[in-house]
Amino acid sequence: MTQKAGRPLAPHLQIYRWSPQMAISIFHRATGFILATAGMLTLLWWLSAIGGGAESYASFQKYVVSAGVGATGLQTASNWFFRLVALAVTFSFFQHVCSGLRHLVLDIGAGYELKTNRTWAVAAFVAAFFATALVALLVASRFIGV
Amino acid sequence: MDSRTYIGRVRGLGSAKHGGGHWISQRMTAVSNLLLTTWLVTSLLILPNFDQATLAQWLSQPTVAVPMILMLVSIFWHIRLGLQVLIEDYVHDNSLKFGAIAFLNFYVVGGAAFGIFTVAKLAFTGAPA
Repeated sequence: MTQKAGRPLAPHLQIYRWSPQMAISIFHRATGFILATAGMLTLLWWLSAIGGGAESYASFQKYVVSAGVGATGLQTASNWFFRLVALAVTFSFFQHVCSGLRHLVLDIGAGYELKTNRTWAVAAFVAAFFATALVALLVASRFIGV
Repeated sequence: MDSRTYIGRVRGLGSAKHGGGHWISQRMTAVSNLLLTTWLVTSLLILPNFDQATLAQWLSQPTVAVPMILMLVSIFWHIRLGLQVLIEDYVHDNSLKFGAIAFLNFYVVGGAAFGIFTVAKLAFTGAPA
């Protein structure tokens, strides 16, 4: 098929005006990917550190949670990297759960009216944002002393 | 040689009879993930502290090891189904798609096996001193 120059094209994703309904769909996939990779690999590391004994767990804590006083440069960098990972995974978890619950409702055939659909898409984002902020504040104040 | 169009070749054959399986498994594992992750968070929150000894003692109990293993199976199964859809939607090159699906299979089976073995070993042999 040849396209005549200057003819209007179908709207592509790049120039489409974003709506919450579109955003929540792609966020569901992106957050699922983050949970599947960063989330699960960290969970597996944590489990094997528990199973590996006190020394193994101390090493996990030094690199992932907090190296405390006398931290090497690598450990400090790793701590901050994993704090970002933790934030991303926490947000991904809540976002994926909220948007997943929305999907389950849609799957039983409810919530397709335009306004309702939009409202719940926005609600899922808001809920995920506040839940993440709450967890981040609690963790920062209780565990890592930031 | 068959000179019919693709649609002509499959018309009248009926469905492949397993079209709904993937979809329903994705939803079933979504619900079990929700239940099991809620259990994990709740179970962790009621622990007095997060020392290795406390966690090892916690994880070696049957009432923790079993749901943990179930959670690993449920989540990795859900990942298998979900990332398969991502790959099918966004990877268009056939050989790349084949490789990506193969890697996904290795990742989920390997990850689940590693996690289950870790939990089972701790539960069966007891927490190391």
